[in-house]
Parts: sequence; C-alpha cells; structure tokens
Amino acid sequence: MNAISKLIARTPGRGLVLLAIFFAVLAALPPFLDRYLLSVMFLIFWFATVSQAWNVMMGFCGQLSLGHALYVGLGGYVAALLYVGFGVPVIVGVFPAMLVAVAFGAAIGFLSFRFGIEGVYFALLTIAFAEVTRIGFDNWPLMGGAAGLFIPVRAGGGGEWWNLRGGPVLFYYVGLLLMAIALVVCSLLRFSRLGYAWLAVREDPEAARALGINVFRAKMSAIMISSAMTAVAGSVYAFYQNNLFPSQAFDISRSIELILAPIVGGLGTLIGPILGAFILTPLGQGLIAATEAIVGKAVPGANLVFYGIALMAIIWFAPAGVWPWLKKKLAIPEERS
Amino acid sequence: MPLTFYLEVLLQGVLTGLVYGLMALGLSVIFGVVRVVNFAHGEFAVLGMYAAFVLFTAFRIDPFLAMLPIAALFFVLGYGLQRALINPFVGRPEHEQFILLVGVAIILVNGCLIVFGPEARHPNLPYAFDSFQVGPMILDKVRVYAAIAAILVSAALFAFFRFTTTGTAIRACADNLVGAAVVGLDVKRLYALTFGLGLACVGAAGSLMVTLADATPMIGPAYTFLAFTIVIVGGMGSMGGALVGGLLIGVAEASATFILPPSMKSMASFALLVAILVLRPQGLLGKRA
Repeated sequence: MNAISKLIARTPGRGLVLLAIFFAVLAALPPFLDRYLLSVMFLIFWFATVSQAWNVMMGFCGQLSLGHALYVGLGGYVAALLYVGFGVPVIVGVFPAMLVAVAFGAAIGFLSFRFGIEGVYFALLTIAFAEVTRIGFDNWPLMGGAAGLFIPVRAGGGGEWWNLRGGPVLFYYVGLLLMAIALVVCSLLRFSRLGYAWLAVREDPEAARALGINVFRAKMSAIMISSAMTAVAGSVYAFYQNNLFPSQAFDISRSIELILAPIVGGLGTLIGPILGAFILTPLGQGLIAATEAIVGKAVPGANLVFYGIALMAIIWFAPAGVWPWLKKKLAIPEERS
Repeated sequence: MPLTFYLEVLLQGVLTGLVYGLMALGLSVIFGVVRVVNFAHGEFAVLGMYAAFVLFTAFRIDPFLAMLPIAALFFVLGYGLQRALINPFVGRPEHEQFILLVGVAIILVNGCLIVFGPEARHPNLPYAFDSFQVGPMILDKVRVYAAIAAILVSAALFAFFRFTTTGTAIRACADNLVGAAVVGLDVKRLYALTFGLGLACVGAAGSLMVTLADATPMIGPAYTFLAFTIVIVGGMGSMGGALVGGLLIGVAEASATFILPPSMKSMASFALLVAILVLRPQGLLGKRA
C-alpha cells in the first residue's frame, strides 16, 4: 500500500483527476451498452492489458518481441485444459498458466540474452518459438490438436465468475479490472529500481553495464514479467472465446496485432497502450462494419489492410506515438515536481 | 527402402533448397547493403507466386519464362519502394524500420487475401507430374528446372556484383558507407538499385516456388520466417551464405520427413536456427559484427 500511495503522490494532479474520471465513467457504462458494444469494450480493455505487458519488454527494456501470441496461447491453453480436464477454477488455473508462460519466456530469454542475441535476431527468435509452439499444439492430440479445444458453455449463461462463465457484462468488468491492474503494476514497475534499470538498458546497454546494472538479469525480469501478464490476459481471452485453435492462438498476425496499440499510443509510456487500444480497436471494428455495409458482405482482410496503413502512417508521422503529443495538449507535466 | 530412397529425398531437398536460397539471397543483399531488414520478404515472395499464377492462367505463360518479366517488375517496385518509403528510415532505430515493413507485409498479405481469396492456388503445368530418371532415382521435373533457374539467377547476381562498375559501387557502399559517399557515389540511387535487385530475386524465387508449392496469402509470414532462418544460418549479409543456408534448410526439411509428419517439417529448420544462434550467432559464412 505504501508503494501505491507513493505512486499517487508522484502522479501529476491533473492526470490523476482525468484517470479517476476515465475509470469512473467506464465503471458506470455497461447499463447503457448493448451486447455488441460490450464485446467491443472488452476487446479494448483486453488489448490495453496485453499492450501494457508487451510495453514492459519493448517500451521499457527495449527488447522487440514479435512472438507475444505465444504467451497468450499458452495462458489460454493451460487455464482451459485445467478447467476442462480437471475442473480447476480459472481463478486458480491462471497461476499455473502464468508459470508455464514464464518458463517459456525464461527459456527464450536465456537462449537470447546469454548469447548476445539482440534486435532483429531476438525478434526472429521470438517468432520462431511462437511458430514452433503452434506446430507442436497442432500435432498434440491431448490439446485438441488442429481441431481445437472447446470450453463448455453453461446453460443459462451461468453466474460462476470464478470460472469466467458468464455474460458480456462479466467480461466487461473483468477486462476493466485487468486493464486497471496492468496499469497500476506497470506504473509501480516503471518507477521502481528495476524500471530505471530497464530504461538504462534500453538506452545504452554498455553504459548500463558500466553503471553496475546486471543487464542480463534486467532483460530476464522484463521478459518474465511480460510473459506472466500476457498469460493472464490469454487465459481470460480463451474463456471469452470458449475455444482455442493453435492456428489462431499462436498466430503471427495476433503477435503483430498486439504490438500496434502501444506503438500507436506511445512506446514506453504508461497511458500509451491504453490510448492505442482505444483508438485502434474501435477503428478496426468500425472498418469491419463499414466494409460490410458498403460491399454487402464481410471482406476478410480489409480491416488488416487498414491496420497496415495505420501502422505505416503512425511510424511515418509520429514515431513517438499519440500520447506524448496529447499529453502536451492536456498540459500534463512529466512528473510531479 | 534402400539407400536410393534416402538419396532421392535428400536430392529433392537440395533442389528445393536452391530456390529457398534464391529467395533468401534477396533478403541478404538488402540487409548487407541498405542495412534495413525487409520484414515483408516472404509476402513479396507470395506476391511473386501470384504474379506467376496469374500470368499462367490468363496468358499461358510458363512460370519459368514469366520469371523474367516478374523479376523486372519487382525490380521497379523495389526501386520505387526504397526511394519513396524506406529511404527516410535508413539509419532510424531498428524497431521503426521493422514496423514500417510489418505495415507493408500486412497490406500485402491481406491485399492478396482480398483479391485472390483464401484458397490455395497453383498453375496446372502440363508437365507438373513428369520426372527425370537419374540412375535408380526419380526427380521431379519442375524441381530440377526450378533449381537450375535459381542457380542461373544467383550466378547472374554474383556476376553483376563482381564484374560491373555499379555492382562494385554497391559493394563499396556496403563495405564503407562514408568512404563511398566521399568518393562521390550516389548512395541513395545505389540503395534503391539494391532494394530493387533484392526484390527481383524474391520475385523470381516466387515464380519458381509456385511450381513447387501452392500459393496462399497466409503463407507469407512463413516464407519471411524461412528467409530469415536461412540468412541467419548462412550469415547476415553474406551472399554465399544465403545459398549455403538455403541448401541446408532444404535438406534439413526434407530429411525431417524421415522421422516427423510433414506438417512438422519446419521443426527441423527451427532446431537448426536455434543451434546456429547459440553456437555461431554470426552464421556459417558471416563475419563477426
């Protein structure tokens, strides 16, 4: 609690007020939303959470991971298998899910950081691991193989929140909670000793080493924390979808989808991932609806073409992201002085 | 299942590997000179596959002939792309280049998806099922042709870099950028030429690939991954390394089918990749950075 009160003391007053209003409005919103909008909001919260997790690695520590779908998929599969196979409640199953994801993250990190694999090579290795895991799950009958793993739906929508069996309102609040927790966790991390070590490693690993920072350990903790957070989000997503297919859970395109929001919002910032999710998800959903309305049928891929264009435009015009620009407009200072 | 069976499979792997090598050669040349990682490489290969497919179904142009106009077209495409889009990103942080090209890749994949649909396509070549009898072994005709074409294109590229003034100038840029600029080389133009050549390679490789495998939009990332694996195994920026890496990966995937189901054959290239990254991160023929 001490850390939290410190965090609040540190946050600029104007920012704190805006954040409080933001979350209060979101908490009061569900009665005014229909099923579709609730699900869109869940997706926004979900992407904001995963973006926050990815941002720990890339935004704070400067390690480009292009295989975060791996942790989403692992988190989902472990929690789902424990629930379907052994009746373990999701709220318990999420911990082994985190553990498995962390083990994979640690393996990738150990392989890479131990042997000085950086930048593009590291990014490639993360893709490689995600791909191989996908192929593995495709050929693993216990996990349902390519035919998928299905989570039974309770008749009547069920009110079992501890098993994530419920309607869109339940998922709305779970998503909101996840997003808030991720924000708090990342804020605490960002201003911790470890957080400053990450920034130093991101800016200049050699200089960081000279300052006595254990670069290897800093990178390892980044990938392990990031994978754990992603796994939590992954298990929630699996229960939201009620099914898991290796070709979707571990897909490269999902890995890429995950990294858009923090980049658009602002790499390395705390609000950027949330802002990015609030910009991109409605735009993507709106574009799907718009093409359907114009063409008369769903055009698969059209929204992704748009994503591609948005990605290029952002990196072309505002490589630092939207949040740094907006922060200036809202006159929020960097930190309380 | 005597020795000849194993030899046959391995030889098919060598032939496929040469085509892989040509594709990776494009990636390696671009990285070696422009120092930009073309993350849309496999997607361009898929575009080449579709180009060859369309030329064959619409005009009955054999992919082995269509390879030439497609390569020329890809050269122009690459030249323009480098000039207009990528050049401002030369020297910018790696992740920014990455994201720019991921954008290109996403647009290419989903553009193909919108235009051609998700079905697997391949040209119905009249000689698709013909084969050559070499001693006791049987080799697919298309595979042999594709490998020969890949060797010819690679040889032409090697000769260009070795014997022409422009090729020498491009190598100068790769070796010493400041020095190249000091002696008055137009680096921007040479970069654009290089990117064009890299895409020409991948366009040609795509035309050859469509005779060996079906074209689907979603296979793009897999080919990007494949090209990266090859280049890292062979050594980033090394042209010879790309071909050696291609051969190795081709053989590894082919021999993986001895023990694994075909859908898991890319496990072999993954194992090779991890081994190389751990034991010799600069690649087989690469120099230590």
